[in-house]
Amino acid sequence: MIEVKDVYFSYQNGVEALKGVSLTIKDGEFVAIMGQNGAGKTTLVKHFNGLLKPAKGQVLIDGVDTTKRSIAELSKDVGFVFQNPDSQLFSETVEDEIAFALKNFGYETEVIEKRITWALNLLNLTQYRKTSPFMLSGGERKRVALASILAWDPKTLILDEPTIGQDYEQKEKLRQFIMQMRTQQKTIIAVTHDVEFVAECNPRVLLMREGKVIADGIATRILTDPEILTQASIVPPQIAQIFLELPGLNLQKDIIDVYEAARILQNILEKRGR
Amino acid sequence: MSVFSGLKFRKVYSPIHNLDPRIKFIYVCVIFVIAILYSELIPLIVLFFLQVPFVLLARVQREWVRSLRGAGYLAALIFFTNFIFKFIGAGYTILPYDVETTIGLTLRFVVLVESFSVFFLTTSPDHLGLALEQTRVPYEFVFAFTTAVRFVPVLAEEAQTIMDAQKARGLELEKGNFMKRIRNYIPILIPLIVSAIRRSLELAEAMESRAWGATKKRTNLYALKMRKGDFALIAITATILAAAIYIRLYVPVPMLHDILASWTHTAKLLTITLL
Repeated sequence: MIEVKDVYFSYQNGVEALKGVSLTIKDGEFVAIMGQNGAGKTTLVKHFNGLLKPAKGQVLIDGVDTTKRSIAELSKDVGFVFQNPDSQLFSETVEDEIAFALKNFGYETEVIEKRITWALNLLNLTQYRKTSPFMLSGGERKRVALASILAWDPKTLILDEPTIGQDYEQKEKLRQFIMQMRTQQKTIIAVTHDVEFVAECNPRVLLMREGKVIADGIATRILTDPEILTQASIVPPQIAQIFLELPGLNLQKDIIDVYEAARILQNILEKRGR
Repeated sequence: MSVFSGLKFRKVYSPIHNLDPRIKFIYVCVIFVIAILYSELIPLIVLFFLQVPFVLLARVQREWVRSLRGAGYLAALIFFTNFIFKFIGAGYTILPYDVETTIGLTLRFVVLVESFSVFFLTTSPDHLGLALEQTRVPYEFVFAFTTAVRFVPVLAEEAQTIMDAQKARGLELEKGNFMKRIRNYIPILIPLIVSAIRRSLELAEAMESRAWGATKKRTNLYALKMRKGDFALIAITATILAAAIYIRLYVPVPMLHDILASWTHTAKLLTITLL
């Protein structure tokens, strides 16, 4: 469980990135953190594995204050996948890349071997085991980065902009993967601008603006509230827009799922046809 | 890293920032030459305080102090190595003359750092590039130079992100013995170098697609022009240089410890006569 209690944080250059953020993320939750650039999303999640420590307030991971544990200790529970895979890839082979963190955490050689095989398999990378990560395509590099974090099976997974630079197929795989992780009671926290992706997954959404959380709730509610979305400079998902643009039909407002929308519209059309 | 932050330009409007970088550079070089000219403490102290009005006028005190503090370690190293050699050379005794020249040598280094720091703190990379270009340095070199300067903060930010990413994978930089600690930096250096190379290739393509080097003769949006302040700085620089050379050649520079000794001597005499 992640508990954030009235956290303030400023960078060295004087930018106030967080101004009193409080929230709780329970085990097994899927949370999308959204908001415009500079709203403090990445700053907030960097508090979850101790990369940043609050200037004021407290961050508790499973009841323990992050200031009392090292980044390495926290990272074992909270895996953080960075936005750009190039900021972490350095090994000669994909295999070594994944082994890096496992060695840092002091796993035994046989365990490392098993974990590598498991993580490669999970993300369809088995054929690249001995390839240099620098020879892979952007999407593949992103998967290697993800595999290198998943390898030690952290309880919580933070994904910073997981959908950037991914084609539709990869996004769909990512979505399925997140769903699979959820069945294993993993906590998933995604920082993202991708409204359509969030609409498809329907997680809990935290909207941030200027260092504060301005809305917190299920995606169907948040992403269909034009007023809140305008404040966070977010355009509602296309399905929600259609439903908002058809006031004459007296439609439900909280629809973001394509299939649900299709079903509702189908019903209306059938009624008309009669 | 604090030494570098003392060299980083920040946009401020001040009479010093508006000066022609060429003239400022000449001024810095003159200070450099004078600092080399003297090894005595008194003129170096004068030289040190000579920069203070510039710093205050340019309103860069904070950065300036930071750069001096950053230079502190190296200054301490210079002081101690000189001091130890002088100490041994003098037959394991501390002579006031040696102490003074050692402090002088250290202060010489501080003056050099100080003047360069003032120059870089008050001169934007663009201005500097323009100055180089107008002094007929080939544009290719000027461009390479200004780009390098401009990308330092970008690389620093990138290095921070990489460090965070590797720490999130359990890398502990401060762990292990000396050799292990050096090896700890490999996971940071490789992504940094790879991304710098990628970035430079991208930059090259972006430049080519904007017709870089299409014409031999380039024109500039801004041209540097000498103004009143620049002429004033030339006059000041020339005066300082002339005075420094004159004093070096014709005036014996006293040692501070001699003056202090004579003062204490007169003070003693005074108290004796008064009593």
